[in-house]
Amino acid sequence: MLIELFLVFFKIGLVSFGGGYAMLPLIDREVTSKAWVQPEQLLDIIAVAGMSPGPIATNSAVMIGYNVAGVLGAIAAILGMVLPSLIIILIVAMFFFQIQEHPVVKSAFYGLRPVITGLILYASILFATRNGIIGGEGGFEPMYLAISVVALIIFFFTRIHPVFVLVASGLTGVILF
Amino acid sequence: MQSEQSLPKPGRLHMLWSIFWAFFKISPLTFGGGYVMIPLLEREFVERKKWVKTEEIADIFAVSESVPGSIAVNSGTFIGFRLAGIPGAIAAMAGAVMPTFLILLIFSALLLGNQDNPIVQQALMGIRPTIVALIAYAGYKIGRTAVIDKTTLVMVALTVAVMLVVHMHPIITILSGGVLGIILGSLKKRIQAKDNRGDLKC
Repeated sequence: MLIELFLVFFKIGLVSFGGGYAMLPLIDREVTSKAWVQPEQLLDIIAVAGMSPGPIATNSAVMIGYNVAGVLGAIAAILGMVLPSLIIILIVAMFFFQIQEHPVVKSAFYGLRPVITGLILYASILFATRNGIIGGEGGFEPMYLAISVVALIIFFFTRIHPVFVLVASGLTGVILF
Repeated sequence: MQSEQSLPKPGRLHMLWSIFWAFFKISPLTFGGGYVMIPLLEREFVERKKWVKTEEIADIFAVSESVPGSIAVNSGTFIGFRLAGIPGAIAAMAGAVMPTFLILLIFSALLLGNQDNPIVQQALMGIRPTIVALIAYAGYKIGRTAVIDKTTLVMVALTVAVMLVVHMHPIITILSGGVLGIILGSLKKRIQAKDNRGDLKC
């Protein structure tokens, strides 16, 4: 089990370009297909991961690892997540530090960035349908949609830190529901 | 970069410890992803510790963005490597990862133990829509640097469509994005070359 956790997160760590949010669909696919976490539970894990310091993908990996196999599971998951970065950075730092200037790398990123954007947007649609925000498999709850819209407006038009918005929405939940 | 490696043993261990400790201290401050950490890293390692030169740090951030993983942890690993080779890279990465790991262990235990608590349930009902909004906003922010022309805009739409309709495996989606970028890049070069030749003939 520990080896499996390590391998799954090694695979995810290997392709985690462009920050952790783009990895959410991949984490969802790998983790729910193995029934390590219930689909409804995953967004709660991501929420706590997002409210904690550190990268959201690595944080989610720790929580999923812990859910599956306790502290050792968490260690296996985080090692899997960061080892690919370490290995690639060492190779890049030793042999071709200016790799991002190479024309082939530049064109690869020209294609990678929009795909990463698309994956993040897909992640938001996926979790929205699953959690009753815009209808779909999770049903539709107007109050959830209202909270989402208010949060979006805050993110777009103010400089309030997301962690405060998340905490405030938790308090709102306790008051409203 | 090489000079630190020839230090005598105690100096070297001390260096590794101070790399580890520097990242250990700064890492818990990185709420909300690596981009928040960039000015912090700059202040700590360029201005205060003078471990990295101003002109180097931009390169470090640029290359950290192009390798998998979080930009904060990656740039830390790069700085660690420049200071003390492979052990330095490991010390920096361990320092950057460990505090958040420990915090997350506590949060995991708390969430697991209190999932059925009605107040936790109510709080989560409020938080879930917000985290979905945060994910959408993250997509918008990355989109601003990704969408630079019509082709990239179409690629964003295509990615969402392919994921929603065909449920393509995300790894395949990511890899095809990179491959498509390379193909488009070489096509563009060929078209440009042709145009140049055409110009010469005229």
